[in-house]
Amino acid sequence: MEPFDNEKGAADETTTVNAGEQIATDMSAVPTRKRRSLNHNVFGYIFSIPFVLAYLVFHLYPTFYTIYLSFTDAMGLTQEKISFLTDDVFNNYKRILDNSVFKEGFINTFLIWIMNFVPQMLLALLLTAWFTRHRNKIRGQGFFKVVFYMPNIITAASVALLFNSLLGYPVGPLNGIFQSIGLFDKPFDFLDNKLAARITVAFIQFWMWYGYTMIILISGVLGISPEIFESADVDGASEFKTFIHITLPNLKPIMLYTLVTSLIGGLTMYDIPVSITNGKGAPRNATMTNTIFIYNQVFGGSYSYRTASAASMVIFLVIIVLSVFVFKMLSDKDEVREKKENKKRMKEFKRAQKLQQQGGAF
Amino acid sequence: MTLITENNDVQTGFAPEEPIIVKRKKKSIAFKIIAYVVCIFLALLSIFPFWVMFINATRSSGEITGHPVSLIPSNHLSQNIEYITKYDDFKPLRGFTNSFIVSAGTTLCAVYFSTMTAFALVDYEWKLKNAFFTFIMAILMIPAQLTGIGFYKFMYQIHLTGSFLPLILPSIAAASTVFFMRQYMKPSLPMEILQSARIDGAGEIRIFHTIVLPLMKPAMATQAIFAFVNSWNQLFMPQMLLLSAKEKKTMPMMVSLLRGDIYKTEYGSIYVGLSMSVLPLFVIYFLLSKYIIAGVALGGVKG
Repeated sequence: MEPFDNEKGAADETTTVNAGEQIATDMSAVPTRKRRSLNHNVFGYIFSIPFVLAYLVFHLYPTFYTIYLSFTDAMGLTQEKISFLTDDVFNNYKRILDNSVFKEGFINTFLIWIMNFVPQMLLALLLTAWFTRHRNKIRGQGFFKVVFYMPNIITAASVALLFNSLLGYPVGPLNGIFQSIGLFDKPFDFLDNKLAARITVAFIQFWMWYGYTMIILISGVLGISPEIFESADVDGASEFKTFIHITLPNLKPIMLYTLVTSLIGGLTMYDIPVSITNGKGAPRNATMTNTIFIYNQVFGGSYSYRTASAASMVIFLVIIVLSVFVFKMLSDKDEVREKKENKKRMKEFKRAQKLQQQGGAF
Repeated sequence: MTLITENNDVQTGFAPEEPIIVKRKKKSIAFKIIAYVVCIFLALLSIFPFWVMFINATRSSGEITGHPVSLIPSNHLSQNIEYITKYDDFKPLRGFTNSFIVSAGTTLCAVYFSTMTAFALVDYEWKLKNAFFTFIMAILMIPAQLTGIGFYKFMYQIHLTGSFLPLILPSIAAASTVFFMRQYMKPSLPMEILQSARIDGAGEIRIFHTIVLPLMKPAMATQAIFAFVNSWNQLFMPQMLLLSAKEKKTMPMMVSLLRGDIYKTEYGSIYVGLSMSVLPLFVIYFLLSKYIIAGVALGGVKG
């Protein structure tokens, strides 16, 4: 046991480790010191207690409680006794999977997420390419970053209601503009058309998040070793080629992170769709999302905890499966490629050996 | 960066063929025009909605119906404010106070306890340390909405619905803040100073409060901004937990009242209400945008 070495943490440099050991052997002769430093590591546990307690009470217990509720008959605000389902354990799940509004909500959520994520990523990549150029730097980047990111920090509920006002029908700012530039002959009710309402929600999400994605991607590019870019530059690669062949492959982990966080955020999206129309997915369930459905199961009047919790768990499972799938798919691809390359190298090596042998034989 | 551009200049300067340079120059001018046009368009797209909101907040409903978009403010701001506060439901001052209590409480809990947890993860050697860190990474992305039903029913059972506590206390276990604080603390915590404080006989709790917390101020400030803004913008949880507590509505909850029938034709007052709800965020953002952008770049986790 070398207590002082431990305090040094995971020091990588061998010199510090050696120094630590040196002190440790000196100090271990003094028993009080030793006891003291042993005590001191106990504070690792002590300082973690608030986190662990709060996690158990406010996060883990509610999670298990939600799972539990999804297998019970919990319903109504004043129910005395909740009991497990006995005859058909998965009854709530069956009910949810048969519910046409839930299915519609799920498809909506996914559609709106895709309509937001694809353009968001493409625009963020384009801006990243522009803002990290080595030649022809764009001036005012600081200003643009601040302005592009701005919508992200504003309350989503307020943003949604603001767009509701901007899209006002028959008189509203956007209808006014579109009519005056001759795009529309007569006012268009964006929030009464199913597709237009979905596109509106997707657009707001896109508008709120592309700046964030751009900043994350730019910081990713800045993290790539500058030597790679320098050598590409020396080789005379164009900015475009450098971006495609060097920047993009190196950005993959960060893009993956953005994809997964955006997917999770997208599948649980609530604030914008609930605030932009009547809070119940109007028009005709076009903006009904997973989380609005769950909320309305309970607070729509029926307090149906059983179906709400079952729906939560279904989406939870979907999120876990998709996230694992995304991570696995990409890491596996890398591994497969590596294996292939290794095999190729081995083959070449063997062939070379063979040739050599043959050469030797001749 | 400057080095690279200098190199470029030197290279192009020594390039033997003139036409290539001319071609490149033409190309770069075309690129610049396109890039600036797109960037300015996007900037306008970001500003325009808020511009309309602030300007229309000062205009009467008649003016707005006549010309929905205007560049010049009018003088009906006080009328609009009067109209919007006439009704019982929308009380901006109350909304502010409530949101402030929740956000400030959340921020304090998240930053203080996350720094403490990060300190446990960085400075001490204990058996479960690595397992604990892996665990924090694993729960980093779990969305709170999906366990909200169990959370609500649990809070209902222990009579905490209608209180701010269930909105504040869960932030003691803010995984993303812990993760960030740990990443920041790991390379920057001066072990020698801690060591000498220990030799001088300082207790661990005192070391945390007098040495670690002051040293972590910059990181804590960044995380505090994000925690505050995130909490201020929350809608789902407050809407569940404070549904029946009229006096405890937060600002985003009040905003959704503006959709009601009372304001249907009072366009000016809707814009006033919206402006009121986002004004503090604008103030925070324009004072601290530098730090916020830097914080996002460091990996601010999506809220």
